[in-house]
Amino acid sequence: MAQIIETSVTPFRTVDVDLVTVDIIENALRNARYEMDAVLFRTAMSPGIREQHDEFPLIADHLGRMVVGQFGSFIGGFLDNYQGTVEEGDIFLTSDPYSCDGAISHANDWLVLMPIYLDGRIVGWSAMFGHMTDVGGKVPGSLPTDAESIYEEGVVIPPTKIYRRGELNQEALELILNQVRMKQWNRSDLNAIVAACRTAGRRVVELCGRFGTDVYISTLELLMDRNYRAMEQLILQTVSEERLSFTDYIDDDGLGNGPYRIHCTMWREGNKVHLDFEGTDPQSEGPINFFLNVNMFKMFFGIYMIMVFDPQILWNDGFYPLVEVHIPERSLLRPAYPAALSCRTHALGRIFDILGGLLGQRQPEFLCAAGFSSSPHLMYSGTDSSGEWFQLYQIGFGGIPGRPFGDGPDGHSLWPSFTNVPNEFLEAYFPLVIEKYETVADSGGPGFFRGGNGIDIAYRFLEPGTISIHDDRWLTYPWGVNGGLPGARSTKYVIRTNGSTEVLASKCDHVKVAVGDILHYVTWGGGGWGDPLDRSAELVALEVERGLVTREGAKRYGVVLDDDGALVVSATEALRAEMRDHRGALPVFDYGASIADLKVRSLAETGIAPPRDPVFKAR
Amino acid sequence: MSYRLGVDVGGTFTDLLLIDEVSGQTHRAKVPSTPGDPSIAVLNGIELLTRRASIDPSEVTQVMHGTTVATNAVLEGKGARVGLVVTEGYRQILQVARSFVPGGLAGWIVWPKPEPLARLEDTIEIKGRIDARGQVIRPLDHVALRRELEDLGARGIEALTISLMNSFTNDEHEIAVARLAEEILGDIPISLSSRILPEIKEYERTLTTVANSYVRPRASQYLRNLATELSQLTPGARLHILRSDGGLMGTEVASAAPVNMLMSGPAGGVSGAVWIASQAGYKDLLTFDMGGTSTDVALVQQAIPKVGRETSVGDLTIRASSIDVRTVGAGGGSIAHVPALTKALRVGPQSAGADPGPAAYGRGGTEPTVTDANMVLGYLPSGLLDGEMKLDGEAARRSIEPLAEALGIEVERAAAGVIDIVNENMFGALRLVSVQQGYDPRDFALVAFGGAGPLHANALGRLMGSWPVIVPPSPGVLCAFGDATTRLRSESSHTYIRRFSEVSSAQVVAELEALRAEAAAELTGQGVAEAEQEIGYSVDVRYHGQGFEVTVDVDASMLTEQLLDATRVRFEAEHERLFTFALDQECELVHLRAIAQGARPTVAALQIETGDEDASSAVIATKEIYVEGERAVAHVYARGQLKANNRIVGPAIISEMDSTTLVLPAHEARVDVFGNLIINPMTDPKRLS
Repeated sequence: MAQIIETSVTPFRTVDVDLVTVDIIENALRNARYEMDAVLFRTAMSPGIREQHDEFPLIADHLGRMVVGQFGSFIGGFLDNYQGTVEEGDIFLTSDPYSCDGAISHANDWLVLMPIYLDGRIVGWSAMFGHMTDVGGKVPGSLPTDAESIYEEGVVIPPTKIYRRGELNQEALELILNQVRMKQWNRSDLNAIVAACRTAGRRVVELCGRFGTDVYISTLELLMDRNYRAMEQLILQTVSEERLSFTDYIDDDGLGNGPYRIHCTMWREGNKVHLDFEGTDPQSEGPINFFLNVNMFKMFFGIYMIMVFDPQILWNDGFYPLVEVHIPERSLLRPAYPAALSCRTHALGRIFDILGGLLGQRQPEFLCAAGFSSSPHLMYSGTDSSGEWFQLYQIGFGGIPGRPFGDGPDGHSLWPSFTNVPNEFLEAYFPLVIEKYETVADSGGPGFFRGGNGIDIAYRFLEPGTISIHDDRWLTYPWGVNGGLPGARSTKYVIRTNGSTEVLASKCDHVKVAVGDILHYVTWGGGGWGDPLDRSAELVALEVERGLVTREGAKRYGVVLDDDGALVVSATEALRAEMRDHRGALPVFDYGASIADLKVRSLAETGIAPPRDPVFKAR
Repeated sequence: MSYRLGVDVGGTFTDLLLIDEVSGQTHRAKVPSTPGDPSIAVLNGIELLTRRASIDPSEVTQVMHGTTVATNAVLEGKGARVGLVVTEGYRQILQVARSFVPGGLAGWIVWPKPEPLARLEDTIEIKGRIDARGQVIRPLDHVALRRELEDLGARGIEALTISLMNSFTNDEHEIAVARLAEEILGDIPISLSSRILPEIKEYERTLTTVANSYVRPRASQYLRNLATELSQLTPGARLHILRSDGGLMGTEVASAAPVNMLMSGPAGGVSGAVWIASQAGYKDLLTFDMGGTSTDVALVQQAIPKVGRETSVGDLTIRASSIDVRTVGAGGGSIAHVPALTKALRVGPQSAGADPGPAAYGRGGTEPTVTDANMVLGYLPSGLLDGEMKLDGEAARRSIEPLAEALGIEVERAAAGVIDIVNENMFGALRLVSVQQGYDPRDFALVAFGGAGPLHANALGRLMGSWPVIVPPSPGVLCAFGDATTRLRSESSHTYIRRFSEVSSAQVVAELEALRAEAAAELTGQGVAEAEQEIGYSVDVRYHGQGFEVTVDVDASMLTEQLLDATRVRFEAEHERLFTFALDQECELVHLRAIAQGARPTVAALQIETGDEDASSAVIATKEIYVEGERAVAHVYARGQLKANNRIVGPAIISEMDSTTLVLPAHEARVDVFGNLIINPMTDPKRLS
């Protein structure tokens, strides 16, 4: 338990605040959070943060409850676990998931926390975490696919005062940086994260100055309460007392075992919603475990609930008492120390597919198809001909699922604020040429609203080096909903200079590439939404012309084109009628095939042998 | 005699300002705009103005024009059908864009993705590749290209963009494609990315060039028509167009690169505000232009508006220099609502627009808008535009009532809440250009214009601590002043990524020299002798490894062997101001730029009649208003009857044809010799009368 040192003992007074002031402070906090992003993007150095925006900011109240942010607050968890003092000018750094209750879930994420002091009292907290390109360990990028404990995953920083009363703890920083491969990036990115947190701190102090500290603190209470009340209504309206379950999978664990099952059951009791992960597989020996912070999951749930009802609301921790989450100990989502965690990105992504699948069952009109393959990573590193070390870490994107509101965009990011890296930038700074950057026709699941297409990126390497890949959904399909079909799965292959093709595992390290080898990095498509036979045939024909769907693929929509690509209306109507007659009732979820069938067909269809069923020790 | 003419085409009115180049005397005219063909209003206005001033139109030597023709093409989605030529493997460059989905976590669920500006079916690939160092690694396949271009030509495209990978380092493939395209496609306008934006980042370069093609046919046709008609009416006049960055350019340059005039309209307002505030003695300014659907704000330092590298119009954000105007969707027409779920009071982003407009306009609108709230509080008169337009106070009240009910407060309080919240939204925009860029708003005066700006200006001045608040006379004419008082400008730039250790100062000086020659030649071509040109430079610098550059101004005096050292000093100071820290890390050049400008015209502002403190002769009414939580009695003044030195104590309302100013309690407005209202807090409470 942390000991908080405040030089003023004056308690905050609860005061009446008029409604307009509440709305104004809410708006100002929203702006402050975007300003944190802006400061970070402009000053960070690793492409992962400054171009791709792999980071998450947060502003909390004096008790550490999130008032603006995306992943919910973890400051309470940090304070419970930290043994030491918190003083004005202190800034904390940690990358240890086990010491902050999963606030960050692998050691690549560096989390900075800063108490915001005014007149000797803590009036709030700012925090931000960002993904470091490298934190040391056995492979470049620090996400070893075969790790069996966190000790293999690079430097793990326990909660540390990186600034003590305003003064940089230089020795600790150098000790940490000495463990990593790209220390200048880590140094700059950390600097940028601290600058962003300080910016938030200044804004909070300004707000206290403008409205008075008591008004500010009282307002945050009202904002929490507003969230509580809104969520209470939503839960009562949309969550049934009947138990609903949903299951999805992680295809493999990097060690050849899989798939791993994630199972969640949801029901309502009174005004409370229960989310129970009982039935989820035990933790993996490999690094795909995802230490899921309970509060973070509550926030995911809240954001998914609200997005279709009132996207303008600013989410905070206020509704937490309305959500009960149970995660079994030693499961894939709550592994025991020192389980390996680095490749948790797949389960993190899958959590969102599970939420969508759960929430949409009662309200199919709000149900989206599956798309969260995760965020596939590519690492390419080596020493170039001039003797300089290069190391690329890049996040890929795929198809956004078909949605009740329209088609899923092709080759876009499901993560907020993420962007791709300009290819000219990659070519200027890394020894490679990107020969192709195009979405894959037909990879989006057909539907009344089509799932977005995945992307095929073809990297031609100009220096010998080593690549690592992290992806999933190579075995299971991104499912379709309400009659929509699944999207295509991901695949990765290298075409060697001798013309041979080598299919790579979805998760792999130590793959040597030579000058001239071409890696095709193909991501997944989003699942389709609604009956593809109801989709506008003219639109299907247009998408064939655009190269987003093939002529052959159009038949999955029951659409027939002539040799010039023009729509043949009569043949289309006939084909659609025939297809309707020969199919059964449309399922709410279309998974493509059972797990057993997928395994049987795995080698033939994907070029990869099926994973072994995981064997678990008794809990 | 010679005259210069400033012309600003707005949505409702076209404002014209004629300036005697010798005496500085001005004549103004305001005519209704003709949206179908905006040039008609321009010509009508010139006829009216020259007739009224008894001037022979042939004595007009220069016509300066701010136009929204390009902007409207984007906003209305009525640009050209653009064909796009890209490198093999990149056909879907606009489809994939930067993969970015706006909104937070789960934002993808509700995001409507806009259609690309060039259709995917009108996009072709060429075989041929240039690498990051400018080396040709695969030659152009002319045979395949010819076939593809012929197919594209048959599709009915109206403009063509050529944007190939790494063309910022080597444009030879783009030029070769353009030659062939000219031969095959005839005379449709062709834009090359290596000309429009020779900078790294393929998506941004392509999008910017496509945007240029998109607006080009409409913009160039408009400019051609206007030039033709002007050549008959004012045969001696040269036509110049206001650029987004506040400079002027000739019509030929504008026709080839209309992407540089997307912010021509707002640039006119900022330029005008700078000009008139400078006359009044204020050079550090925040400008605040509030209209019906949105508000534009900008920061001006030492009478020079901050120029940014991006231009945003609607959903479109492109890389083209423009005055760093930030826009928020908050205006007189913004609609207030109370979501059932949260019982919060929200204003915007939905707007009642011009049709049906606020409930008070009596054109069928029933939703509560900011204008309706102002009406309920008693700030607006019962008619606008000299009585041409009636305002319905009862309708305004009826529209606000449901808000008051949902919130459980009285109607006036709800209306005041709407005003407070919209003010807060605009405050956010003003902070973006000031506090968030490291500037203290208390060091700046706030210049308010636009139809709704003067109503909210006093409150915003107080939020920002920016004093005085300056309300110039006649907001429309302000833009025309801006058009007439700026100068010719041309800019040449290119990407030049080098670490400081990789180049010598002499090499960079030589590069800047070459850019200077290019920019100067363009201006010479527009009739500005090189001796009259003022040259400036800027370079974009970052720490090696950063992705975001800071623009550093370089004076001619810095072009020595110490250039890089001097640049580093400026860069680090700027970095520290922006981000609160500098790093012990090598610097890197990203882009180099030279700017040539013509001479600035000397134009004096018209002065009004001088009086004393007593403004009572301008009082036209006294009414009850609701301000700062209570009812108060306020005088209403006619702006046109005010004299220099008049002093108006708040609460007060100052009314003119197309705008209304509110002076809050405990504040006073002084009228200066140019007719500006200069609003300040009253320091001496005894003066509260």
